Amino acid sequence: METVADTIHPAIPIAEARETEHDNVIQTDVTGTVGNPFVDTPRMTCRDVYVYYGDTCAIKNASIDVACNEVLAMIGPSGCGKSTFLRCLNRMNDTVPGCRVEGQITLDTTDIYHPSVDVVPLRARVGMVFQKPNPFPKSIYDNIAYGPKIHGLTASKGELDEVVETSLIKAGLWDEVKDRLAEPGTGLSGGQQQRLCIARAIAVSPEVILMDEPCSALDPIATAKIEELIAELRTQFSIVIVTHAMQQAARVSQRTAYFHLGNLVEVGDTDQIFTNPRHRLTEDYITGRFG
Amino acid sequence: MQPTESTNAFSPEFNQRLKRRYRAEQSFKLMGIGAIFIALAFLVFLLSTILMSGYSAFKQTYIKLDVTLDKEYFPDEDLAKGDFQGIVKASLYSMFPEVSGRRDKRMLNNLVSKGAAFKLMDMVEADPKLIGTSFSIWVPAKDDVDMLMKGNIDMDQPEANRRIKDKQYERIRTLEYGGRLQMRFNKTFFTSGDSREPELAGILSAAKGSFYTLVITLLLSFPMGVAAAIYLEEFAPDNTFTDLIEININNLAAVPSIIFGLLGLAIFINFWGIPRSTPLVGGLVLTLMTLPTIIIAARASLKSVPPSIREAALGVGASKIQTVFHHVLPLALPGMLTGTIIGMAQALGETAPLLMIGMVAFIVDIPGGFTDPAAALPVQIYLWADSPERAFTEKTSAAIIILLGFLILMNAVAVYMRKKFEIKW
Ligand SMILES: Nc1ncnc2c1ncn2[C@@H]1O[C@H](COP(=O)(O)OP(=O)(O)OP(=O)(O)O)[C@@H](O)[C@H]1O
Ligand SMILES: [Mg+2]
Repeated sequence: METVADTIHPAIPIAEARETEHDNVIQTDVTGTVGNPFVDTPRMTCRDVYVYYGDTCAIKNASIDVACNEVLAMIGPSGCGKSTFLRCLNRMNDTVPGCRVEGQITLDTTDIYHPSVDVVPLRARVGMVFQKPNPFPKSIYDNIAYGPKIHGLTASKGELDEVVETSLIKAGLWDEVKDRLAEPGTGLSGGQQQRLCIARAIAVSPEVILMDEPCSALDPIATAKIEELIAELRTQFSIVIVTHAMQQAARVSQRTAYFHLGNLVEVGDTDQIFTNPRHRLTEDYITGRFG
Repeated sequence: MQPTESTNAFSPEFNQRLKRRYRAEQSFKLMGIGAIFIALAFLVFLLSTILMSGYSAFKQTYIKLDVTLDKEYFPDEDLAKGDFQGIVKASLYSMFPEVSGRRDKRMLNNLVSKGAAFKLMDMVEADPKLIGTSFSIWVPAKDDVDMLMKGNIDMDQPEANRRIKDKQYERIRTLEYGGRLQMRFNKTFFTSGDSREPELAGILSAAKGSFYTLVITLLLSFPMGVAAAIYLEEFAPDNTFTDLIEININNLAAVPSIIFGLLGLAIFINFWGIPRSTPLVGGLVLTLMTLPTIIIAARASLKSVPPSIREAALGVGASKIQTVFHHVLPLALPGMLTGTIIGMAQALGETAPLLMIGMVAFIVDIPGGFTDPAAALPVQIYLWADSPERAFTEKTSAAIIILLGFLILMNAVAVYMRKKFEIKW
C-alpha cells in the first residue's frame, strides 16, 4: 500500500539528500537516517520500527537510540508522527484500536513488545507527561501517591509522604503546594498542573520520561520553569521530549531527531542539527521553510 | 483585513443585520419561556386536581359507640368466634330504641362499617379481660356516611336514587348533634391493605409490595447494568458481535413493557415456577425492563469521562481494571446513579407487566416479604379507579398522591447522591 509520504516525496529518497554547502559527508546507513542515531550505552533502542494505523503507515523504518541521562528532542512538522513514535516507547499505542507496531524496541536490552512483557511495570519504568496537563480529580497528595501505591513502592505511610515530598521538590512545586496537599490537583494553575504531572511521573522512579509537547499550553514563565526542571531531571532520567518550539529543543536537549511524514530523517547532536543540518528537509524545517 | 463598505461595523446594513439577529434571539427566548409556561400550567393543573380530589381521603368519618361485651356473646372457647357483629348492633339499637322492623334495622346497621366488628375482635384478642366490661369506642362509619359528610351525596335527589335514605340521614344528624360523629385522621388508609369496603381499604399492602419489588429490581439491575456497561464500554473488543449486542440493548429499551410481562409469565412463573403475584417475580420482570435503561445511561456517563484521565492513569502504570475502578468509575458514578433512579422511577410507575404476572389480584394481607402475594401502587390505583363505589374515587387520588410522593422522594435521593458523589474539576 502506497502511503501519502511515498506519493508526495518520491523524488527525495533519504539516501540522495543533497550535499549541503558544508563539507559534511552525507551519512546513508542501513536505516536510511542521516546522522548519528546510535549511541554507545543506550537506555532504549529502536530498530526498524514501523507503526500502522489500520492500513496507513504512520512511522516508517525508524531506528534510534535513547542514551542514559540525556534529553532527546523530537521535532518535525505537524502530523509527521512524533507523538506516534513517542507513544510506542511505553506502549501507550496499545490502547489505540487498529494501531500496530513492527520492529524492535528495547529497554535495557529487553524487547518491550515481546509477548511475555507486561505493560504495567513497563509504564512504571517509562513514564509519560502529556500535552495537556491531566491531573486526576483528586488531591495533590493523592495525585503523586497514586503511582507508588499501586506499584507497592512504599512500605509505610511515612515513606509514601517522603516520596510525595521528594517528587514535588524535584518537580519544583513543593514550595508552592506544601500547605495545600489536600486540595484538588485540578485547582492549580496550568503550569503548576503540568509540573504536578511531571511530579506524578517521577514519583514511580522511572528510567525514561516521555514528554509530548509539555509546554504547549503554558506561558513563557511556566515554560522556563519546566525547561529548568527538565535540565535538572536529566541527571537522573533519560528524557524524550516532543516539541514544536525549536528554540526549546535547542535549549534543553543534547540530541535532536527530525521526523518528516513518518520518516526519521536525521538524528544528531542538537548543536549540529541546528547549526549544520545534513539533510535538506531538516535544513528547510529549521530555517523555517515549512511549518 | 480591510472591511468593505457594506460590512463596516457601523454601516446601516450591519446595524440592521445586528438588529435582526437580536430579534431572532429574543423570539427564540420567548418561545422557550412559553413552552416552559405551558408545561408548568399542565403540571399545576394535574397536581392540583389530584390534590383536591385526594386530600379528603386522608380524613374519615368515625362513629362513637357504647359497647357492652356481655359474656353471652362469647359462647365458644375461641374468642374469635364471638358475635362481635351482634355487639355492634346491640349498641346501635340501644342508641335508637325506636327502630323496629327488619328493613329499618338493616338501614341502621348500615351506618357502621364492618370494620367495627373487626376492631372489637382485635381488641378482645389483645386483651381478653375486656369481656364483661362496657366502654366507648370510635369505629369507622360506612363509606356512604363518609361520602355524605364530605358533601358528595346530594340530598336533593329523589330518595330512590340516593345511597343515604331519609331515615338514615336523620339518624346521622342525631349522631352528629350528639357528638358521636366525627371526622378524624384516616389511619386505616396507611395501615391496612386493600378491602372491598372503601372505608377499610388502605395503601400499605400496595406500598409495601412496590417497595419490595423495587428492592429486587434495584439489587438486580444496578449491579448487572453497571457491570454490563463497564464491560461493553471499557473491555469489550470492537467487533460485529459487540455491535450486535449494542443494537439489541438499544432495541430492548424501546420494547413495550407488557411484552416483558408476558416474558416473565412464560419464563419466571411457568418455567421456573416462581410463585405468581409476588414482589420477587415482579422485581425480576421490572429488572428486565429497567436493565437497558441503566446500561444505556451508564455507558453514556462512562463515555463522558475524558480520555485524558484514562491516559493519565495508564501512563503511571495502572492496569486497565485499576484505571476503570480508581479513576473512570468515580467520575461516571453520578451519571450512572441518575440513570438508575430514572429507571427505578419508571419501574415504580409501571402497571402493564405487573398485570401479566398476577400482581393485579385483590390482596388484603400486607406482604411481609419478597415471596408473599402483593399488589403494587400503580396496580392499586388501577384497581380502585375501576371500582364502582363513589368512595374509591378519592382513594384513587390519594393513592396517586402517595405514588407521586414516592417519586419525589426517589428524585430527591438522586439529586442528593449526585451532589454527594460529584467530583469537582
Ligand atoms: N489514532 C489514530 N488513528 C489513525 N491515525 C492516526 C491516529 N493518531 C495519529 N494518526 C495519524 O498518524 C500521523 C501521525 O500523527 P501524530 O499524532 O503522531 O503526529 P504528530 O507529529 O504528533 O503531530 P503534532 O505535532 O500535530 O502533534 C498523522 O497523519 C495522523 O493523522
Ligand atoms: Mg503530537
